[in-house]
Amino acid sequence: MAKRIDVSGLTAYYGSHKAIEDISMTVEPRSVTAFIGPSGCGKSTFLRTLNRMHEVTSGGRVEGKVLLDDEDLYGAGIDPVSVRREVGMVFQRPNPFPTMSIFDNVAAGLRLNGSYRKSELSDIVEKSLKGANLWNEVKDRLNKPGSGLSGGQQQRLCIARAIAVEPKVLLMDEPCSALDPISTLAIEDLIGELKERFTIVIVTHNMQQAARVSDRTAFFNLAAVGQPGRLIEIDDTERIFSNPSVQATEDYISGRFG
Amino acid sequence: MSTASLADKRAGSLRGASLPKWSPWAIAAGSLVVAVGIGLAAGLDSKVQWGLIAAILFVLGTFGVAARVEGRRQAKDRVATSLVWVAFLLAVVPLVSLIWVTVARGVKVLDVYFLTHSMGVVADSEPGGGIYAAIIGSLEQVGLATLIGAPVGILTAIYLVEYGRGRLAKAVTFFVDVMTGIPSIVAGLFILSLMLIFKMQPFGFAGSLALAILMMPVVVRSTEEMLKLVPNELREASLALGVPKWRTILKVVLPTSIGGITTGVMLAVARIAGETAPVLLLVFGNPFINNNPFEGAQASLPLYIYQQYSQSAGANAAYDRAWAASLTLIAFVMILNMVARGIARWKAPKTGR
Repeated sequence: MAKRIDVSGLTAYYGSHKAIEDISMTVEPRSVTAFIGPSGCGKSTFLRTLNRMHEVTSGGRVEGKVLLDDEDLYGAGIDPVSVRREVGMVFQRPNPFPTMSIFDNVAAGLRLNGSYRKSELSDIVEKSLKGANLWNEVKDRLNKPGSGLSGGQQQRLCIARAIAVEPKVLLMDEPCSALDPISTLAIEDLIGELKERFTIVIVTHNMQQAARVSDRTAFFNLAAVGQPGRLIEIDDTERIFSNPSVQATEDYISGRFG
Repeated sequence: MSTASLADKRAGSLRGASLPKWSPWAIAAGSLVVAVGIGLAAGLDSKVQWGLIAAILFVLGTFGVAARVEGRRQAKDRVATSLVWVAFLLAVVPLVSLIWVTVARGVKVLDVYFLTHSMGVVADSEPGGGIYAAIIGSLEQVGLATLIGAPVGILTAIYLVEYGRGRLAKAVTFFVDVMTGIPSIVAGLFILSLMLIFKMQPFGFAGSLALAILMMPVVVRSTEEMLKLVPNELREASLALGVPKWRTILKVVLPTSIGGITTGVMLAVARIAGETAPVLLLVFGNPFINNNPFEGAQASLPLYIYQQYSQSAGANAAYDRAWAASLTLIAFVMILNMVARGIARWKAPKTGR
C-alpha cells in the first residue's frame, strides 16, 4: 500500500524567487523520513512539492521530477487532485473544519470525494479515529464540533482525517510544533504505528524528535541569505546524529550553527 | 501644578488621588443645569443649542475637575472617554428621535385594514385606503432584485477571492468600486433608456433590474471581505485531502463564511428596499393591486410614501398614511436585519466545548 518517492533534480520557485534548488532523494516505503534544517531553508516548500500543494500558493512553480513508485507527479496529464488523494498532508497548526462535527471532519475527505453509505462511513471514521489514537477520547461526542477539542486532540483529529482517505504517503509539516510534550509524545507514538501502513515524511525543528521517530534524516540548508535552500545530505538517522559526513550537518546538530 | 512637583509628590507611591465613580454623572448633570441656565439667560430658543452647550461644558468640566484632582494624564484619559460618550449621544439622538416620530405618527392609521387594502379609488386627500398594493409591489421588486443581485454578487466575490488573478480581477474590482458609487437615479435612467429603446411601459421587473444593479456591488464587497476571513489553512486542509477546488469552495469555504455572507446580503436588501428614485422612473406607482411584476405599473412602499406626501396638497389623511407606510418600511428592514443576525448566529462556526 505504501509507495516509494523518488525525487530528482527538483527546483521550486515562488514567482521569480528560487526557494529550493536541485534536490534529489529517495524515500523508502513504510519508513519515516525526517527533514531538519534552519528556518527558511525550504523544508516545508519541498514537502509541499511532494503532493503538488506548492502550486496552490500564488506564483508557485516546480521543475524536476517526483516519482511516486513509477509515476511522475509532474508529468503531463497528471491531475493534482488525484495526487493529493494518494499523498496526504498534516499541517503545522491543527486545522479542523470549524463548521463540521468530529465525525464530519474525519469523513470530510471521503464525503467530499464521492458518496458512501452511512454504515460504511461510520466504519471508516471509527477505524481512522482508532488509528489516530483518538477514538476513546471522542467516541461519546462524535457530533460535537471538532474545534471544541484541545490542541493535541485537534491535531490527532487532523491526522485521522488525513488517513481516512487511505493515502499511500503521509506528509507532516511540523505536526507537533504547536503542542505540549504529552500531546507530542502521543503523536510520535502514533507515527511509529502509522509507518507500518504508510510512507511518512515529517518536517521538524526538534532534533530529538527527528532522532526518536525517523529511520532516515535529511538535512537542508541554504548557502547564504537569499540563496535557494539545498539538500546537504540524507542518511540513516543514526549516522546523521552520530557521525554525519558533512561538517555543516554536525555543526547544526550540535548547535554550533550560525 | 508643575510636572516636577507632581513627580515629587508621587515619588515612592503608586497611589494617587482619584475621582469617585459617580463623578462623570455629577459633571454631566452639572453641565446640563449650567447649559439650561445659560440658554434661559441668553434667550436661546433652540434646545439643540442647549444640548451642544451642555456637551462642550461636559468635556471641559471633566478635564478641569480631573486635572485638578487626578493629574494631567488621567484628565486626558477622562476627556477621551467623555468625547466618546458625547459622540455616541450625537449619533443616537437623531436615530432614536427618528424612530420615535415615525412610530408616534405612524401608528395613527396603521392597522390590519391599512395593511390589507389598497388606495383604489380613494382620493389622496381623503382618509381610508391602505398599502397592500405597495407591500406586494415592494416584496416582488425587492425579491426579484435579490434573486438577480445576490447570486451574481456572491459569485463575483468568489471569483475575485478564489480565482481572480491579474488584470481581469483588477478590472472587476475597479468596476465594482465604480458601481458602488452609482447614484440610484442613474441606475434608474440606465434601465429607462433600455425601456425607451424597446418602447416598453413601466413595469415592476424594470425596477428590479435597477435595484439589482444597486445591490450587486454591496453584495460583492461584503462577501469578498467575508471570504477573505476564511483562513487559508482550511482551504489547504481540504485541498490536501484530494478535494477539488470547486468542492472545497462549496463545502468548506462557503459554509464557514455563510453567516457573514447572509448578513451582507440582508444589509444590501435593506438598502434597496428603501430606494425611491429608480422605482419612480421605472415602476411608476399604481393605486390598484397589480400582482404581476412583469406587466403594468406597480406600487412600492418608498414610492407610496413619496406620492402620499407630494400629491395630496397637504391633506392630513395622506400625511398619516405616509407615516404609517414609513413605519411599515422601517419594520420590514428591521425584521430583515434581525433575521440576518439570527442566521449569522445559527450558522456561525461553533466553538462548543
